[in-house]
Parts: sequence; structure tokens; C-alpha cells
Amino acid sequence: MAAGARWRSFSLAGGFAFLYVPILWIIVYSFSAATVVGVWKGFSWRWYAGLLDNEDFRLAAERSLLLAVVAATLATALGTLAGYALARGPRVVGRRPLAVLLGVPLFVPEILVGFSLLLLFVALESVLGVPVGKGLVPLVAAHATLGLPVVASVVYARLAGTDRHYEEAALDLGARPPRVFLTVTLPLLRPALASGWMLAFTLSFDDVVTSSFLAGPSATTLPLFVYSSIRIGVTPEINAVGTLIVVTVAACVVIAMLRGRLAAQARLPPARDAGPQ
Amino acid sequence: MIGPRPGRGTRLALWLPLGWLVATIAVPTGLVLLLAFRRLADRIPPVEPLWSQAAGHGRLNLSLESIVAVATDPLYAAAFGHALANALATTLLCVLIGYPLAYAIALAPARRRPFYLLLAVVPFWTSFLMRTYAWMGLLRDSGPVNSLLLALHLADRPVHLLYSPAGVLIVMVYSYLPFFLLPMYAVLERLPREVLEAAADLGARPFYAFRTVTLPLSLRGLLAGAVLVFIPAMGEYIIPDLVGNTQTILIGGVLWNEFFQNRDWPTAAAIALLTTLTIALPFAAGALLRRRLRAA
Repeated sequence: MAAGARWRSFSLAGGFAFLYVPILWIIVYSFSAATVVGVWKGFSWRWYAGLLDNEDFRLAAERSLLLAVVAATLATALGTLAGYALARGPRVVGRRPLAVLLGVPLFVPEILVGFSLLLLFVALESVLGVPVGKGLVPLVAAHATLGLPVVASVVYARLAGTDRHYEEAALDLGARPPRVFLTVTLPLLRPALASGWMLAFTLSFDDVVTSSFLAGPSATTLPLFVYSSIRIGVTPEINAVGTLIVVTVAACVVIAMLRGRLAAQARLPPARDAGPQ
Repeated sequence: MIGPRPGRGTRLALWLPLGWLVATIAVPTGLVLLLAFRRLADRIPPVEPLWSQAAGHGRLNLSLESIVAVATDPLYAAAFGHALANALATTLLCVLIGYPLAYAIALAPARRRPFYLLLAVVPFWTSFLMRTYAWMGLLRDSGPVNSLLLALHLADRPVHLLYSPAGVLIVMVYSYLPFFLLPMYAVLERLPREVLEAAADLGARPFYAFRTVTLPLSLRGLLAGAVLVFIPAMGEYIIPDLVGNTQTILIGGVLWNEFFQNRDWPTAAAIALLTTLTIALPFAAGALLRRRLRAA
């Protein structure tokens, strides 16, 4: 058994070191005063202070935040409906196509998603005669599409693990389905909505590939700004940007996971067929 | 109880997201398909109009030019081959590293498991771009990886890892590992412990029990995780662009260049179409075969 314990500790330590050392490396050297990355010359905030004066960075960061908030909200609205339709909706035509389409972004390389969405907006442009081909509007639509399946799966998992008795009781008492959805289902879903929203937010806030196709010159997002900078090389300033992004995103994910878990323990009744754990 | 009666509201819950996905996924996929059959033209967008009037006749402007060009040009085949080799190696290494890690998490004491799982999930969602960037610093000739190799006497002069296929592979494995880890863990966590205990009680050595009990029972999760790594890895563009060299260009990079640099949209669409078909066919054939076997 000792041998078993040893390989397990080794796998855990080695695996997590592999996953975390690179991230820690960025964070540590973003605080080094040296102008060369990888040299430690004492603690300094200078790279962060420099960012505050960088107009391009500030604009890109603001744009990305706005984009991520709007896209995540749209993705949450649509994804919740989709997850609900699959978990609770009647078995009608359209369920299977919905399930299939939700799986596509998971199983198709992202470069194809971005490429095909650009074609959609170019086609819309020529049909409608409105210049919508590139910019923030297509970015919102594209990022909402990327986030939708994630929200749907979180919501679906939550509903599948929650008893239907509450909704059935409300129906028996005469509430119509839309009202049941708004006053019973949605409150039950609150933790799933919060974590789904945050996951959709991080997807958008981090997206390079799809955005490259759709941003155009007027809507450079933060990841696009970073991407064009790091093609030139590694600089301490990018380490500082990276640290800010990593900390923002990691905080979102940790909060999303903890909220989901704590809220699940505190508020929801035990699920009928919860697996182990 | 089948669920609420199909009223207008519940129908809306289905049709709103379905309509959205048809518009943003199904229709654009159709547009790529169509574009692969169109001809390049010197205008914006850079394709011939679908329909043109010439000498009083309407004419539908479709051709197989781009598809034939992509299918026959050895340059595209080479890029496809590089991408395939890269994606297969990435998948294999993700399995070799991810399986023991997922298994170790699954076997950890129940109260520590959520913490390990959180540790495994955070990199999955943490900026993909920044993680690639971190490796650009680590892999440099004067970077920590090379210092380590020199200190351990595994190399006597710095190995060129950055801007090399080996560097691409390292960063690919790093970035895609969580895609494998999560489905693998989900399956391993649900393995009935009694079966393993029974194997041990019956005298099976740990490795024998693993090979004959655990591995076959977890094969589905392993395959699911491998597919989730392999497919996006085939289309990967950012990592080879940042960490790779200009000689070994992968199919994702070729598509990117055709689209952004050559502005040859039909060729980009033809690459997308042929790549997707080549990836999808073995999976479709496998699924079909499995159904046949089950029916027989």
C-alpha cells in the first residue's frame, strides 16, 4: 500500500507543479524591478504603475470588461432557457437539435467558430446593408455563443440534480408554467446562474481566436492587445498585465465554484440521485 | 411526471436558444460550406457574387477549384500531417500525465478532493494566452527550463525549445491537460471501490488489478477526454504561432494565413471543410461500427 500512496503523492505533486509553476512564474517576475524578465532585482510596482499610463491598455481593458459583462449576461439568459428546456421542457420537436447544436462549440476547433461567424456577419452586412461585419456587436454575439453551452450545461446539471417537487407543487396549486419558472425554478437555480455567468465571463474575457476574426481595427480587446504584444517578445509589462488577468479570472472561477458548492449545501434539498459526493 | 404542459412559455424556452444557435452555428457552418465552392475575386468580400448576369443568362458561380487545390497541393497535406502528429502526440501525453493525476485525485480522501478538483479546474479557465506566454519565458535559451536541464547535466548547452516543435508540444500538453483531466476524473471518481477491493482480496497485484479492472472500466472516460483534447488541438493556431517556428506550420496556421494574409477566403473555407471531414470521418465511422456491432 505504501507504494500506492507514493505514486499518488508523486502524481499530485508533479501534476499540480506542472500546472501552477508557469502561472506563479509570471506573477513573481511581474514584481521584479529588472527590465529583463527572469532576473530578480528587488520588489517593485513599476510595471503596474506603467500600465496605468498606457492608454492602449486601458482602452482595451475597459472594452474587454464591457464586452465580457454583456456577452456573459446574454449567454446566461439564453443558456438558462436552453438548460431548462433540456432538463424540464416537454419532449417536443427541437430538443435534439438543441442538444446537438450545444455540443458543437465543444467539438469543433475554435478557429472554425470564429471563421464561420465572420462569414455570417459579412453576409448580414450585404443583406441588410448595415455595416455590422466587425466590431463590438459581432463580438458580443460571438462571445455569447461561446458561453451559451457552458451556462446551459451548468444549469442542466443543477436542474437534473434538483427535485421537481417544488415545481410540481406550484403547478398543482394552479400557477402557470412561466410563473413557476420565474418564481420557483429561477430562485432554485441562483447558484448555477452565478457560476454559469462567471464562466461565460472568463470565456469572453480570455478569447483570442474568435475575436481575431470579428474585432476589426476599432475593437481591440485586451487579449488581442496582449497577443500582438507578446508576438514581439516577453516583457515585464506583459507579466503585469498577465498577473492582473490571471488574478481576475482565477478569482471569478474560485468564487463561481465556491458559491455553487456552498449555496448547494445551504439551500437546496438533497438531490434524488446525486452520485458519490 | 413528464414536466410542465407544453405551453407558450416552455416552447419559448426551447425555441429562443435554438433559434440563436441555428443563427450562430448552423447557418455560419452552411456559409463555410458554400464558400468552399465559390471563386476568389478582387472585391470586398473577396469572392465572386453567387449569381451573375452575363449575356442575358443568369449564372450560378460555383466551382471545385479551391477544394481540388487544397486536396492536391502537397503543402496543405504536409501542414495537415504536422497538425495531426502534433495533436496525436499532445493527446497521448495528456493521457499519460492526466490519467495518474485524475486517479490520484479520485483516490484522495473525500474531504480533500474538492480542493484538488478546484486546483485542477482553475488553470482550465485561467487565461489561455497568459499560460502560453508564461512558457515563452520558461522555455527561452536562458530560461529556467534550460537552467534546470544544465544543472541536472541533462544537456551541456542550452536546448532550443522556444520556437521549436518540441516547445509547441510542451505548451500544447500544458494547455490541453485540463480538458482531459476533468472528464477522466468524473469517470474515475465514480468507479465502484468494491470492485477494486474484490480484486485485491482475490490476490491481484495492484498493477494487475489496475490493468484488468480499473483501466477497462474507465476506458470510456479516457476516450471522451482524448477526443476533447484531440479535436481542438487539431485546429490550434495560437500556440504554434507564438512558440513554434516558421518551418513547421500547422493546418490551423495555414487557414489563418490564407484568410488574413492572402485574403483567399474560398481556400480558407476549403481547408476548414476538408480538415473537419478528415477529423470527423473516423469518429462517424467508429460510432456507426459500434451501433452495428451492438445491433448484431
